[in-house]
Amino acid sequence: MLTPSHYLYLSLALFTIGVIGVLTRRNVIIILMSIELILNAVNINLVAFSRLWGSVDGQVFAIFIITDAAAEAAVGLGIIIAFFRNRETVLADEMDLLKW
Amino acid sequence: MTFDTIIFYFFAAFAVVSAIVMITRRSAVHSAVFLITTLLATAGIFLQLEAEFLFVVQIILYVGGIMVLFLFVIMLVNLDVAVRQIQFSRQAWVGAVLAIALGAQVLMAFRLGSGAFNLPAASTRAMQPNAEQIGAALFQRYMLPFEIASILLLVAMIGAVVMAKRKI
Amino acid sequence: MNARILEEIQPFILPVIYAVVIVAVLPLLAGYIVLLERKVMAHMQARMGPMRVGPHGLLQPIADAVKLLLKEDIIPDKADKLLFWLAPLASVTMALLAYAALPLGPTFQIADLDVGLLFILAVSSLGIYGIVLGGWASNSHYSLLGALRSAAQLVSYETAAGLALVSALLLGGSLSMKALVEAQDQVGVWFIFLVPISFFIYMVASIAETNRAPFDLPEAESELVAGYMTEYSGFRWSLYFLAEYANMIVVSGIATTLFLGGWLRPLASFHQHLFGMPFEALDILPVLIFFGLAAWCAKLALRQAVPVQKFVMFLFVGLFVVLAAAMAWSLTSPLMAGIHGGFWFIVKVLVYLYGFLWFRFTFPRYRFDQLMKLGWQFLIPLALVNLLMVAIGLLLHQQFGWWLLWSVILANGLTLVFAAWLGSDSAKPSSTEAAVAGVGGGK
Repeated sequence: MLTPSHYLYLSLALFTIGVIGVLTRRNVIIILMSIELILNAVNINLVAFSRLWGSVDGQVFAIFIITDAAAEAAVGLGIIIAFFRNRETVLADEMDLLKW
Repeated sequence: MTFDTIIFYFFAAFAVVSAIVMITRRSAVHSAVFLITTLLATAGIFLQLEAEFLFVVQIILYVGGIMVLFLFVIMLVNLDVAVRQIQFSRQAWVGAVLAIALGAQVLMAFRLGSGAFNLPAASTRAMQPNAEQIGAALFQRYMLPFEIASILLLVAMIGAVVMAKRKI
Repeated sequence: MNARILEEIQPFILPVIYAVVIVAVLPLLAGYIVLLERKVMAHMQARMGPMRVGPHGLLQPIADAVKLLLKEDIIPDKADKLLFWLAPLASVTMALLAYAALPLGPTFQIADLDVGLLFILAVSSLGIYGIVLGGWASNSHYSLLGALRSAAQLVSYETAAGLALVSALLLGGSLSMKALVEAQDQVGVWFIFLVPISFFIYMVASIAETNRAPFDLPEAESELVAGYMTEYSGFRWSLYFLAEYANMIVVSGIATTLFLGGWLRPLASFHQHLFGMPFEALDILPVLIFFGLAAWCAKLALRQAVPVQKFVMFLFVGLFVVLAAAMAWSLTSPLMAGIHGGFWFIVKVLVYLYGFLWFRFTFPRYRFDQLMKLGWQFLIPLALVNLLMVAIGLLLHQQFGWWLLWSVILANGLTLVFAAWLGSDSAKPSSTEAAVAGVGGGK
């Protein structure tokens, strides 16, 4: 029998994997992709509880999160392209122009 | 083991394995492909939760839009030398341990607090027809966030175009 | 235990059978559509097309299939093995997946999703990955360029197609494919007569979506060799090929369901009498059509010189007579709706596909920047204004009680005015075109 806890654990697993991806990888694009993974984990949570309470509010919230993720991905990738054009690198360690 | 549970476990396992593979690939294109499979598995979970509209929206927007954007950019900024460099940062171990600690804390919160809410059994009342209900909610109760989201998308579109231009 | 398992799988048996039938029939069908295309192209160009393999070239697809299966599987040296293997697979899987929600008859549907139309759109948009990953995995500049161009084209025309479908959706009132056909039955008139401009936009967008001429720059032989398919040969290429033709049939299926009335017989919702005969007498049309085809084949058979071809033509006569008899028998059986529905659906899909074939050999190819300009600067504004006008027309008809005819004329008239303005010189040309014109005429 499926309870909301199943979805909570799944969402937690995906969230943790996303956070590990953000903290451990050097390639900025993969960091961005891990952030998308985190947003998806949250979406699963929202939809599971929307099903539990029988109202569509959770799903509407999830739609807004997806919209937001699209906007953020577009701008983030634009920034990466701009930086790549100047510095020829996409590795987070090498983006140290502001270091003293 | 009803059909429901089998489907859930299948998609859940697929999503988790896909996500783990995604964060460990050398090549960014491979990572993108595995993120696509993770997102498809998530869409499957939405379908299993009877959120049909969200299932299609996830596929059209996330997989069919955002990931195509990612793939285009990866192909634009691809450096052959990048594949042979070290993929994990110097603080990888610390970061991983911290992330797992965070996950363990949230897990403990779930276990200890699982009796705090009076969660009713999963109800299937008043969720059909799904698309019509979401449409009604979006255009009646959530009209303001809807309009703000469209302005947000406009701003993001202008921002992305300006950021990626060679000469402004 | 056994009874419980049986009870669990019972709703899946019929859909699984349908799915197996579709997956088994589709490659053969795609092969014969290619033969049809070659024959039509040939006759339009005053020649005969494939005539050697089998009588009148009828075994050509089989010969092609055997050749492709036996060809050596060449993988470029530095190609990305995983993606090289995955790309044609993704393409063909997504193309076949769309058949899950397509209604081929009142009961022949694998899954009547509540969001069926959106599902097919979603799966079609996933087909882009087969192209992009294929071009990338080939490790060749031309493949990558062709793939990126093709993907850009697909993404651009997806929006226009979606908007055109939404305007037909407004009339239907539901996203489920079955409900849309039933809505056309209720309104009494196929949606193509109510929103012809949407049909036109959808037709153009669907030709661009399937990379067919005149929008086939990414895969035209004289351009980037074969674009993203350059490095693929043998079975992998045939998978791409199957995906393209399966996509064509899906797109025709969507247009048929939404605009041409799906499985409905022409004039299906008229229940009055005309000159003493009820409109239901038109049910006899399939029988008459098949008898007519049999008679035509018999006439052709008597003219053949070679005995083998005469024999094959008589086989066809026999086949058509059997089909006519089946149609006549089913008039009295409870399966009538299914079989006749399937017949009308197939006829309409074939008509739409013939349109695809016809346009390929009639129009010259669009240059890539012309293609993008058409998509973004003409089709999308037109689709948006069309949607607005259809919504206004529907409002006038439903809320204010206008006659359907007047609201249709008003809505489409205003859209045509807008289209005329868009296409005229007062809409600004792109800078590329101005530059090209300047180079040509500026001396």
